[in-house]
Amino acid sequence: MGMTAADSQFHVLAVDDSLIDRKLIERLLKTSSYQVTTVDSGSKALEFLGWNADVRSNPIENETPVSEKNSQEVEINLVITDYCMPGMTGYDLLKKMKESSSLRNIPVIIMSSENVPSRINRCLEEGAEEFFLKPVRLSDVDKLKPHIMKTKCSDIEKPEKEEKQEKENKESIETSSEIHLQKAQTSNNSKNKSLDEGHSPDKTRPINNDFTVQLIQFGTFSLPLLLLLFLSYS
Amino acid sequence: MEIVGQLQKQYVEFSTSLYREGFLDEQFIQLQKLQDESNPDFVVEVVSIFFEDSEKLINDLATAIQQQVVDFKQVDAHVHQFKGSSSSIGANRVKNMCIALRSFCDEKNLDGCLRCLQQVKHEYFLVKNKLETLFRGISHLKENIDSFFSFLIHHFFRRKK
Repeated sequence: MGMTAADSQFHVLAVDDSLIDRKLIERLLKTSSYQVTTVDSGSKALEFLGWNADVRSNPIENETPVSEKNSQEVEINLVITDYCMPGMTGYDLLKKMKESSSLRNIPVIIMSSENVPSRINRCLEEGAEEFFLKPVRLSDVDKLKPHIMKTKCSDIEKPEKEEKQEKENKESIETSSEIHLQKAQTSNNSKNKSLDEGHSPDKTRPINNDFTVQLIQFGTFSLPLLLLLFLSYS
Repeated sequence: MEIVGQLQKQYVEFSTSLYREGFLDEQFIQLQKLQDESNPDFVVEVVSIFFEDSEKLINDLATAIQQQVVDFKQVDAHVHQFKGSSSSIGANRVKNMCIALRSFCDEKNLDGCLRCLQQVKHEYFLVKNKLETLFRGISHLKENIDSFFSFLIHHFFRRKK
């Protein structure tokens, strides 16, 4: 995945009311060398982030001195949240974070199982970095680092030109990581996939079962070798 | 050795059929990619959570649909959850049936909902059965491979003496 040792210090907060999805996102993030904390609601997320309830009444005046103390203990580099949650939705959480001076610089990614353009636009307009369609995959998690680095490297608002360049970079990272995934999958059979198909891997990637591949390899190569070993010593 | 080869063949045929018949989709393969030496039981763990979750959801759905006055919003909320979890583990046919059930909810078509819920249950129990068979097959295969290995190693060391 191209992660260096330094990346293991990035800490992601994942918010989802579904236990299965929390387990999944945790595994996806840990596999990609992130530290992970999962919570099952927006309010717990805000608690964890050290958001002070008093801010609700005076968002501008009250600059949450308490939250500063708390947030020093745990630095969150990115929040990834489900959209549909009972009580506080992912959008509500996003809004609250953007209203808070201490939390507004933390990049937020929204996930949803439903592809609703108006919903997606609403979130992006409110300041979400990106919108992932569920189920989330490793190739999606690969897209997180640029968002974290963008916030870490500068506090100044980037000019549009740089953002466009970043978008292009992200797309090429996405394409190459998907091609890598494809190559890893097809290397065990004789089919030759052209790079053009890298853009729609869901439709064109052959359904290759990882367990199956491992077992075929094991059987085909190891068993005859073992037999030879066995025979030579008997 | 022969038994390992046979089991292997059976296992491969069975798991391929699950994809071919649409019981499982690409997402199940993604799950397997997340399993490694540090998390050797990840797939089984997640699927077990799915079984527990689903059985509770099916009960909740049955209760909600049997009310005097059916709250379709509530039914829809449960189906939405079920659709999400089945999609997350790659239980493709269950997911599709949930999508169908949601349209009946949107139309407030009680009859349609009742019939569709039966189909959701049916698909769920089918895939549950298939997955349990799959996991049994894997452990059976592993056992046989393990015993074959230990037999070889024993024989090898005995000879060396």
